[in-house]
Amino acid sequence: MLANLRQLFRYRALISSLVARELKARYRASTLGVVWSFVNPLLLLLIYTFVFTVVMPAAHPPELQPFALFLFAGILPWTWFSSSLLESSNVLIAGGNLIKKVLFPAEVLPIVSVLAGLVHFCFGLPILVAFLIYYRVPVSPTDLLWFPLIVLVQLVLTTGLALLVSALTVHFRDVRDLLANLLTLWFFATPIIYPISQAPGRVRQVLNLNPFTHLAVAYQDVLFRPGPFTQGTRLLVVGIASALVFVTGYFVFDRLRDTFAEEV
Amino acid sequence: MSSAQQAAGSRQASAIEVRDVHKVYRRYGRRKRFATLKSAILSGSVLRDLHPDAVFEALKGVSFDVAKGKTFGIVGRNGSGKSTMLKLIAGIGKPTSGTVRVDGRVSALIELGAGFHPEISGRENVYINGLMLGLGRREIARRFDEIVRFAELEEFIDAPVKTYSSGMYMRLGFAVAINVDPDVLLVDEVLAVGDEAFTHKCLDKLAELRRRGRTVLLVTHSLDLVTRFCDEALWLDAGVARAQGDPKRVIDAYLMDVAGQENRELAEAGMRNPGSGIREELEPPDPGSSIPDPGTEPADMFKAAEGRWGSREAEITAVEMIGLSGQPAHLFQSGERVDIRLHVRANQRLSDFAFGVGIFNAEGVCCYGTNTLIDGGVAGELAGEGLVVFEIDGLNLVEGTYKLDVAVHRQDGVPYDYHRLLYTFRVKSPRKEAGIFRPPHRWSFSGGIRMSGL
Repeated sequence: MLANLRQLFRYRALISSLVARELKARYRASTLGVVWSFVNPLLLLLIYTFVFTVVMPAAHPPELQPFALFLFAGILPWTWFSSSLLESSNVLIAGGNLIKKVLFPAEVLPIVSVLAGLVHFCFGLPILVAFLIYYRVPVSPTDLLWFPLIVLVQLVLTTGLALLVSALTVHFRDVRDLLANLLTLWFFATPIIYPISQAPGRVRQVLNLNPFTHLAVAYQDVLFRPGPFTQGTRLLVVGIASALVFVTGYFVFDRLRDTFAEEV
Repeated sequence: MSSAQQAAGSRQASAIEVRDVHKVYRRYGRRKRFATLKSAILSGSVLRDLHPDAVFEALKGVSFDVAKGKTFGIVGRNGSGKSTMLKLIAGIGKPTSGTVRVDGRVSALIELGAGFHPEISGRENVYINGLMLGLGRREIARRFDEIVRFAELEEFIDAPVKTYSSGMYMRLGFAVAINVDPDVLLVDEVLAVGDEAFTHKCLDKLAELRRRGRTVLLVTHSLDLVTRFCDEALWLDAGVARAQGDPKRVIDAYLMDVAGQENRELAEAGMRNPGSGIREELEPPDPGSSIPDPGTEPADMFKAAEGRWGSREAEITAVEMIGLSGQPAHLFQSGERVDIRLHVRANQRLSDFAFGVGIFNAEGVCCYGTNTLIDGGVAGELAGEGLVVFEIDGLNLVEGTYKLDVAVHRQDGVPYDYHRLLYTFRVKSPRKEAGIFRPPHRWSFSGGIRMSGL
């Protein structure tokens, strides 16, 4: 695996070019172009804010203010997570021509999906900053130092799962449909539109098994909850778990690698 | 250099070394692919369950070496394992058993422009394609102008690739792949897809690589290219190396095998027809039309379907065509000496009889028809068994498939036994002329005209 990772490092120029291509190709021929990267999360946020503050204002505890910011702190990373996984479930099959005809490490493709998602995530950050300023939320600089660390843990977790999902989809095409439904469930099983404190004790135990719960809580802690960052241990545990997921995902991917050219 | 020296040389410095390579393709059943994720997870056997239902062995123990700087051709029928071999050498896929070793940087022209993204410009695609093929960013920047010049796309390099014609697309793909400057270049039939000018350009480029001591491996159906271009050739047949060595020798062995198989197929088709005898004793035809003579009743000749009919006072029991080999055959060279032999049995003593022969091409056009009457024969007696031989000094037909009519009939045309288009044979020719008939001919020139090669 180490040799693989070293080889992957050699292909970093390809990965960065592919990510750039992904972004360019996506917005080519659309009028707003790259502006969509900002508009998409903004619109999504407006919809959720509308639903939870106008339609069902009682659905969340009143002390959770501003609720839009709370939502955004969870939805933005979740969008990165879910869209990366959905895309990587298809990426080996869509790139079948490449895998069959060109020699290059196939893991580049799911990794590109995840990194393109990361770039979109970063495009959403200015909006987040705008919200922080608008609501005059005090964010301490030490809290901000934690932020890239949380992003890193999420990156490792997402990449591991993306590798697993992309490799399995080649053999079991039903992973794609399964995944779409699983992600919907997963979204609601993560404290994004509700605070974890609202979940009853038994349910909270279950939620705690979900690695994304801890990521969401960590994001909320940095961006929303006043006071110093208190989730260090949590982040460490979920970081170790993410590393394990990554190793497992890469292992499965590596085991199935030789079958890709025949199966896609 | 003697062949022994060559062999010794190739052992010292082979660019490609293939040792007893087997490649088994697995076919996974539908059931497995679509329904067992759940059960696979439940039984905890996701990895173990990826076992095949059926296997197909594409390569069955192939070994060969390609010496550094040589151009090596692989020929064989469709499905013989050529492309599989190429992919294994390219590293796309691994042999099931055996080893493939390649010395130096490999570039594979398997599909030109695989991995181009239609929405972005040619320029960006060149960079990404180059990176995929293992070039560094700086290397691409250095070669960029040459790539664009070779592809003749100076004006269009900044347009999205989806606006390119298929020719432009291929040129760009080829230009990138060839400019990787590989130590070993693998080419799979891609030269066949371009127009004439581009093909020439590609061949020039390959020749240049050869001059610079690069190794080229060529998989192609163009046997001509192999004999002209390659130092050595390999003939793969159903996953087995049938012959290897001097290209001319390998190609000839391959061609002979192909011809032999065509011959067998035609023989099988021929046996099915007269042997079945389904069409025996159809309506007795109009007497005039049964004479295999296109001059008298051509319209009926063309309409008549294959079959056998007649009153059977005399019968043709077997028909053979014998060429230079002396054996019954169905495949002849244009101009070859051919005997058509009719084995005849008379069921009663006859004095009114004639034998006829007609040759038709695949479109049903009568190429030639005659009978003993037309040729001036006077019937004597036909009794018991006998053999009629129709000797053709030169089968002067152009390449194609032909069918034979043979008949024994009364002198007024009423058939005893008429075999209509029941025998098929093929004529082969090294030249691809037009028409049907190939008159023996020569060219000569005088005055201010000079030409050689004829």
